[in-house]
Amino acid sequence: MPEAPLPVRKVIPIAVVEEPGDGALYAAHKKIYPRSVRGIFARWRWAMVFLTQLVFYGLPWVEWGQRQSVLFDIGARRFYIFGLVLYPQDLIYLTGLLVVSALALFLFTAVAGRLWCGYTCPQTVYTEIFMWVEHKIEGNRIARMRLDQGAFSAEKLFKKWFKHVVWIGIAMWTGFTFVGYFSPIRELGIDFLQMRVGSWEVFWVFFYGFATYGNAGFMREQVCKYMCPYARFQGAMFDRDTLIVSYDTLRGEPRGLHAKGSDARAQGLGDCIDCSLCVQVCPTGIDIRDGLQYECIGCGLCIDACNTVMDRMDTPRGLIRYATQNSMAGRWSPRQVLRRVLRPRVLLYTAVLTALCIGLLASLVVRTPLKVDVVRDRTSLARIAEGGQLENVYRLQIMNATEQLQRYRIEASGLPGLSIFPLEPVEVEAAQSRWVAVRLQLPYGSASAGSHAVQIDVSSTSGSARVSEKAAFLVPR
Amino acid sequence: MSDFINGFWSYYVLVLTLASILGCILLLWLTARGQTPAGTDNTTGHVWDEDLREANNPMPRWWVGLFVLTIIFSLGYLVAYPGLGSFKGALGWSTQQEYAKDIASANRELEPVYAAYAAMPAEKLAGDPKAMAIGERLFLNNCAQCHGSDARGSKGFPNLTDQDWLYGGSPEKISETIHKGRIGVMPPMAAAVGTPDDVKNVANYVLSLSGSPHDSLRAGLGKGKFGACAACHGVGGVGNPALGAPNLSDKVWLHGYGQEAIISIINTGKTNQMPPQQGRLTDAQIHVLVSYVWGLSSKPARP
Repeated sequence: MPEAPLPVRKVIPIAVVEEPGDGALYAAHKKIYPRSVRGIFARWRWAMVFLTQLVFYGLPWVEWGQRQSVLFDIGARRFYIFGLVLYPQDLIYLTGLLVVSALALFLFTAVAGRLWCGYTCPQTVYTEIFMWVEHKIEGNRIARMRLDQGAFSAEKLFKKWFKHVVWIGIAMWTGFTFVGYFSPIRELGIDFLQMRVGSWEVFWVFFYGFATYGNAGFMREQVCKYMCPYARFQGAMFDRDTLIVSYDTLRGEPRGLHAKGSDARAQGLGDCIDCSLCVQVCPTGIDIRDGLQYECIGCGLCIDACNTVMDRMDTPRGLIRYATQNSMAGRWSPRQVLRRVLRPRVLLYTAVLTALCIGLLASLVVRTPLKVDVVRDRTSLARIAEGGQLENVYRLQIMNATEQLQRYRIEASGLPGLSIFPLEPVEVEAAQSRWVAVRLQLPYGSASAGSHAVQIDVSSTSGSARVSEKAAFLVPR
Repeated sequence: MSDFINGFWSYYVLVLTLASILGCILLLWLTARGQTPAGTDNTTGHVWDEDLREANNPMPRWWVGLFVLTIIFSLGYLVAYPGLGSFKGALGWSTQQEYAKDIASANRELEPVYAAYAAMPAEKLAGDPKAMAIGERLFLNNCAQCHGSDARGSKGFPNLTDQDWLYGGSPEKISETIHKGRIGVMPPMAAAVGTPDDVKNVANYVLSLSGSPHDSLRAGLGKGKFGACAACHGVGGVGNPALGAPNLSDKVWLHGYGQEAIISIINTGKTNQMPPQQGRLTDAQIHVLVSYVWGLSSKPARP
C-alpha cells in the first residue's frame, strides 16, 4: 500500500472544537467531576505525586551537620543547599538552573508533549491530592454530582465541611512547609505552637496555604486553561513526531454501540463504542476524540479509561494512545515511531542540555569557597609613611563561603619592592564576610608617577581556596 | 510624594492612574456585553495571515467578580496609600516613616547590647572582640572617610594609631574630640617672626627639634625667633594638648614635611577641623568608637 504523502505543514494544528456557544465572551463555569480511573498512566501520575511531594514536604526536615540541609536565609543572604553555601553573588547558578529547567521542558515537550503539565506540575499534583480527598469523602463522580445537585441536608453539610477541613489542613501544611524553606522549619514549628511566630511568616504561610486551597480545590483546570502561559505556547514546540495523546480516528470511527464479540466492521462501525468514559475521566473536561485541544494537559487518563473498555470488549488496546501525527497518518509501527524520537531537534536539545548540566556541575565542583572584593580608599590617594615609604590603603571584603572558620593570608605583587601590611593572616568566621583594611607600601621613588596595576592574592592557610584580585597603586607626582 | 518639580506632574500621574482604572472598568463592561458575530463558528471574526482565526473560549463568568475585586482594591488602595500624584493617602503612610520605624526598632534591639557596653570603661571595652567588631564597622562608616580605613590618616588627617595626640589620647579626651569636634587654628606668624629670612631660620630650627635634616647655622639663628611660636608649641616645641598645638619635636608631620612645607605654614597659618559627631551618633555608639580608637594605639586592660 503506498504511503499517503505527508502534508507540508510541520506544526500540529490544534483542533478547534466548534461548540454552538451563544457568542458571549464569558460563560457560566461548568464544574468538572472527573471519574477516577486505574491504569498505567494513573499509576505514573500517583508515582510523581509521591516523588515530588516527598521531596517538597520532606526536604526541610533533613538536617545537614548542625543546620537544615536546604535553607534559603534571605535575611542573612546565605543560601544553604546541603554542603553548599551560596551568596547572592552566586546568582549565576540560579540562572543556570532556570536555563536547564527551560531546556528540559523543551526537550520533554518535543518528545512527548505536555509531560510536565500532566504529571509533575504543582497545579496537577495538588489537584490530584485534593480530588483524592474529595473522592474519599464525597464518593465517586456520580455521588459527587448528586450531592451537589441534591437539596441541603445534614449529610451534605457534614461532607462538605469535612472535605474543606481536610483541604485546609493540607493547604496550611503546604504553606508551612513552603515558609520552612526560608525560615528554619523546626524553630518555625515551635514558634507556631507557642503562638509567637513573626507576622511575615504568618502572612506567607496563610498566603501560600490560601493559594494551594484555591488553586487545587476550586480553580483546578481553569488555571491551565485561562491563566498558565506555558499551556499556550507549547503548541509551538510540538512537531509531527511528538508523542501526543491521540484518538485513532481511522480505527475508532464511525463510533457506535455494539455488543461484545460482535463484528463492528460488519455493522459499519469502528472500535469506539461511544461509552464516553474518556470524557468522564478527563480533568479538563474535553473530548479527546475531537483531536488535540489546547485544554489537553497530556495526562493520559483517557488512555487508561479507553484501555479498560477495549479489554472488556476483547479488542486490542490503544484506540487512544500516545502517538505522533506521522505515525497516525502513516500507520507506523512502534519501532518506526521510536526511531523518529532521535531527530535533530531532540538531539540538539539533549546535547545543549547535557553540556549545560555538565558545565554547571563542573563549575560547582571547582567553585572557590572564597570571594574577595578590593576597594581602594578614595579620600587619600597616597601618603608617606615612616621610613620614606609610599603607602596606599585598601579595604578587602573577604567572604568565607565555607562552614568552618578560615584564616586567610593576604599577599601583593605587581611592583618591585611592594610590601603589604598587616602580615598576619586574618580570620573570618564560618559563612561570614569581613572587611579588612590593608596597606601596600612601595619605597619612595621606585616607581613612576601614575597608576600601576597590582595584584592582591588572598589564600586560605588550609590551602583550600585562593583568589587573585586586581587593584591600582597610585604614585603621586 | 513631595519631590515633583512642579504641580503639573502630580496631576499628570493622577489623571493617568484614574484613566487606567476607568479604562479597565470600561473594558470589563464592554467584554461583559460583547458578542461574537452571530451565526458564525463561534470565532471572534478576526482573521490574520489568511487563515488564522481567533476562537472564542469564553472565560468563566465568576472571574469577572475577581476583576471587579481588583478594581475595588485599587481604588481602596489609592485612598489609603500615596499613589494619586502628591495625595498622601488617608493612612499617612510614607517610606520615610517606615525607615524611621525600622531604625527605631533596630536601635531598640541594640539597646541592651549598647547598655552593657556603656557600663564598661573604655579601657576594658577595647578588649571585647564583639564590641570592637561593632567599633570597626562604626569607624568604617563614619570616620574612615577622612582618617582612612586603617585609621592611619593622610596629609591633613591625623593618624590615630600612633602615640602622638593633638588633644590628648586618654579615653576622656578622645570622647570629647568625637562628641564636640575640634577646630585647630594656627594664625599666620610671618609678621610676628620677622623677615622671610627669619622665617626660614625658624623653619630650620623646627626641623632640628626632631633631628631632621636641617641647616644648623640657620637653626641656631632661628632659635631666638621661636619665642613667638613657643606660646603655643611650648619651649622646645613639645606641643600643648590643651590647645591642640602639635608636638614639633617628633617625626609626625601632619601638614607636610620639609623646609618648604614649614615655611608655608608659618606664612599662611592653618585651620583644620574635625566635625562634631554628637547628634549624628548616639552617646553609646561614641563610647564604643572611643574604645576602638583608643585601642588602636593602646593595650586594652585584661578583664
